[in-house]
Amino acid sequence: MSATDYRELAALFPDETITHSYVQDIELPAAGGKPGGGTFALITLDNGLDHTKPTTLGPNTLIELGQALEALRDRAARGEIVGVGVTGKPHYLVAGADLSAVKSLEQREHGLWMAQLGHDVYSTLANLGVPSFAFINGAALGGGLEVALQSTYRTVSTGAGALALPEAFIGLVPGWGGVYILPRLIGPENAVKVMIENPLSNNRTLTGQQAFGLGIADALFEPADFVEQSLAWAARVISGDLVPERPDAVDPADPATAGRWDAAVAAGRQLVEAKTSNAAPAPGKVLDVMAANRTMTQAESAALECETLADLMQTDEFRSTVYAFLDLVQKRSKRPAGAPDRKLARPVTKVGVVGAGLMAGQLALLFARQLKVPVVLTDIDQARVDKGVGYVHAEVDKLLAKKRISQDAANRTKALVTGSVSKAAFADADFVIEAVFEELNVKKQVFAELEGIVSDECILATNTSSLSVTAMAADLQHPERLVGFHFFNPVAVMPLLEIVRAPRTDDAVLATAFELAKGLRKTGVLVKDAAAFVVNRILLRLMGEVTAALDEGTPADTADTALRPMGLPMSPFTLLAMVGLPVAQHVQESLNTAFGSRFPVSSNLQKLIDSGVKGLWEDVDGTRRIPDSTLALMSFGTQPSTAEQVLRRTQDALAEEIGLMLAEGVVAGPEDIDLCMILGAGWPMFLGGITPYLDRVGASERVNGKRFLPAGVASSVAVGADA
Amino acid sequence: MSHHGSGAAQRTVRDVVFVDGVRTPFGRAGEKGIYAGTRADDLIVKCIRELMRRNPSLPAERIDEVAIAATTQTGDQGLTLGRTAALLAGLPRTVPGFAIDRMCAGAMTAVTATAGGIGFGAYDVVIAGGVEHMGNHPMGAGADPNPRFMSERLVDPAALNMGNTAENLHDRFPAITKQRTDAYAVASQEKLAAAYGAGNIQPDLVPVATKKPGQGWTVNSVDEPPRPGTTLADLAALRTPFRAHGRVTAGNAAGLNDGATAALLASSEAAAELGLPVKMRMVSFAYAGVEPEVMGIGPVPATKKALRNAGLDISDIGLFEINEAFAVQVLSFLDHFGIADDDPRVNRYGGAIAVGHPLASSGVRLMTQLAHQFEADPSVRYGITTMCVGLGMGATVIWENPHHPDYSGAAPTAAATATAAEGATA
Repeated sequence: MSATDYRELAALFPDETITHSYVQDIELPAAGGKPGGGTFALITLDNGLDHTKPTTLGPNTLIELGQALEALRDRAARGEIVGVGVTGKPHYLVAGADLSAVKSLEQREHGLWMAQLGHDVYSTLANLGVPSFAFINGAALGGGLEVALQSTYRTVSTGAGALALPEAFIGLVPGWGGVYILPRLIGPENAVKVMIENPLSNNRTLTGQQAFGLGIADALFEPADFVEQSLAWAARVISGDLVPERPDAVDPADPATAGRWDAAVAAGRQLVEAKTSNAAPAPGKVLDVMAANRTMTQAESAALECETLADLMQTDEFRSTVYAFLDLVQKRSKRPAGAPDRKLARPVTKVGVVGAGLMAGQLALLFARQLKVPVVLTDIDQARVDKGVGYVHAEVDKLLAKKRISQDAANRTKALVTGSVSKAAFADADFVIEAVFEELNVKKQVFAELEGIVSDECILATNTSSLSVTAMAADLQHPERLVGFHFFNPVAVMPLLEIVRAPRTDDAVLATAFELAKGLRKTGVLVKDAAAFVVNRILLRLMGEVTAALDEGTPADTADTALRPMGLPMSPFTLLAMVGLPVAQHVQESLNTAFGSRFPVSSNLQKLIDSGVKGLWEDVDGTRRIPDSTLALMSFGTQPSTAEQVLRRTQDALAEEIGLMLAEGVVAGPEDIDLCMILGAGWPMFLGGITPYLDRVGASERVNGKRFLPAGVASSVAVGADA
Repeated sequence: MSHHGSGAAQRTVRDVVFVDGVRTPFGRAGEKGIYAGTRADDLIVKCIRELMRRNPSLPAERIDEVAIAATTQTGDQGLTLGRTAALLAGLPRTVPGFAIDRMCAGAMTAVTATAGGIGFGAYDVVIAGGVEHMGNHPMGAGADPNPRFMSERLVDPAALNMGNTAENLHDRFPAITKQRTDAYAVASQEKLAAAYGAGNIQPDLVPVATKKPGQGWTVNSVDEPPRPGTTLADLAALRTPFRAHGRVTAGNAAGLNDGATAALLASSEAAAELGLPVKMRMVSFAYAGVEPEVMGIGPVPATKKALRNAGLDISDIGLFEINEAFAVQVLSFLDHFGIADDDPRVNRYGGAIAVGHPLASSGVRLMTQLAHQFEADPSVRYGITTMCVGLGMGATVIWENPHHPDYSGAAPTAAATATAAEGATA
């Protein structure tokens, strides 16, 4: 087929932002710098927009590229050109397939066409009759990197970042030839690293240097004259003056390779199991196709890749991931729903932290490192103050030792963080956050004392996870200045910040809070003052259901593994132990007080806490089990559930709780719930956060009688609520 | 090796050698030119990186100075160009740099200023060059001439326009007719075309990749300004923009151009130590002022001064690289010294009328071409590079050919005839 045969597919995207294929003829130098090396056709992929608008591969774009390549193939046949290059506009080779477009393909047949169109175009690139060269000047993801892999040779810029095959993360397979070419080019082990390990490790990408090191590119050049040096290199390759070496390339027909191939696939499967509990189909499919194509021709593999892509494009996991990744993490997080005009924000030039404990120290370090303003810690005696400041300084030293920061930056950060036993040190602060004991009266007392010291405009913030911000503001002279600022542990790592608006919090304070969040490189989500806000309320509702099932007599292993089909980052009881049983119980009690029996307080857990047990599971003689001593502390009912029952009751409980939260107006919409669960709890994108999953499994309909999101937003349109 | 003695030690003047020179292809200024949309600082960076690639035996940290000239030092030619270019080129941060301006003689002044530092013992190795993106920076743009120039009649305001000064030169030397200047211009185009044909220009050009909206990347590896095949009849038809029924046209003058050049200079000791080629030895240099209204005559007094400094006579000079801002200016120089319009010692590869004149960059182009001619013609012992300068100045540097049998400096190293271009490839 020819690229033009896909007109019907292209017609589905009349509004596609086309990445054009501009072709320029360049006369290559022969030896000695004189002309005579022949004509080289260089394609630039460019959408004519600035670097904030990445180039992408939609159907119209692919057709234009295909036509350009077909014309060059004809010219090559006529002997008019000696080589073809592909490069991109600054910062991008080409970012990758247009995911919004792919997500909107409602029929499997259209998805199959899209897959086949890519293969048709790339196959032309790979069979031009003259060598093809990809000059990887910038980001190349998925289909973008496959443009390079399908070329005969590759150069890469040391300035290029974001090189990856992230399909396993997105919910697809590198099915425009990547899954076939990469293991042959760099060896099966590293191919699995690039196609499986990296996507499933926070969607890690490669730098130009790393890609070169792995053998993905044949040559590495600096950005200052990348195109010129790439072209000079291509001229040497074309003239035969230079033959690139590929020591990592393997021949799958070699029996030794077969063993490596199978072992790499098996290792990949273990990794997928560990990272996702096989809850999403794509990573396994990547390995299936790789395992199968070892003995295939490239054309045979292409057919399998197309069918696999067509299947996966219709899965809810793929569509939920695109929703979570593009609509939420990339877009919504940058324009927080309900945040006031940023122009209202006030400058923050000094920060106070009340308390010098572990949380206070983490906050002080974050504020000093990111905002680069003075931060004062206070506590009731000098020993605690010294310990708090000492913690921050030690953490700075660790960053320095790891070479994450320079000596100058370390000096600066340390100098920014000081301590005092007197809150008078806050007199000229613009923002004071408390991180004292989680007790309403203690916090109210702190704020009352602060109001006597700080200016009238100084913002007061609480890091409470379970107390009422409204109640804290009740007796303040300036209740409009109090805002909730709820971080997640570990503070330096978790990207979410729940920004809690109490009824009287004013817009300037809120705007400042959102600007601060941005300055701290956190994603702020606006939440109403309601017990435990968003993430903890949902996590504890979940843990409450599983704990209740255990208390009712469900075997611990059954209860704790029941949610595996969700692919959560850790099991409920593992999470419980990580949070700390007393902390979890404390929040659960608050929620129980606020919402009643939806949040049952487990007497079994209380007994464990009273006996100082840190968690259910322990390693006993190398096996993970519940020690008899722990079991002896607890009493169980006689109504055990199956894993399926535990999963279903948890789904229903989550649907109920989120339905209530939305009715209460805790957040602006289900999208914010999903964003919070992705960024605050690390819930997987293939669940879409959580509401697409609850829609998908029918829990929303069962409990609330309606979906959270309209069909198609984060799901396949063809698949209904009863899937 | 350290030559730096204590303050009390006897100071010796050291020989300065021209190690290597490169340039970008020159472009026509303006929206249609090859460098429309390309930054001036990027052009000079390409030259510096090419010098480093061509001279792999030179450790980058051994460069003691980067002096880069530009006439208009704002925007992409601002911010202490020598230093920013060094950083952008990836030279070590320990390498300093500065910006320099003497209008058309910018790069030449960068060479002589740093050469003075080498001779004095302050530097071992330097990079000197110039850039002018006249599309981005039309001549005189943003300048604010002091009103005293006019009120006190210090300079005729017309002298701030270079074309007018060329017409003035015709007035002063009636023997230089439009017929002669046009014939000279046609010869300049022919000589450049022949030099291209013989491959004498290309080896010192740095290819420059450029990208324009709606066109994609291309790589420029030849000069854009030349108009080979230009005839006397073509030139006769051109209008005279500076004076009605005048003599100066776009055809017998250099155009408005974009381009950059850079050279590597060293003390002869450092060149020997580092295995760097010696393409020329600097003999002397001089600058001289003339009436701004006839700035084109500047090379005459500058050359006399440089010859006097060197103890040489004009008859000792076997090759001339004279910048062709205007044909009349070249002919006034030749007439003064009694040299024929078509003397084969003059501008063998053609000149700026054909190849272009991106103001502050041109000085190093003259040197690079002279060096190439020295290597090709060991019978020549001395050559000069000279140019006129706006506001009434002339600049001349006299060079000695290391390939000549009587060469007075240290014997050239074997590397002098071999320039390897190694890319940073796998």
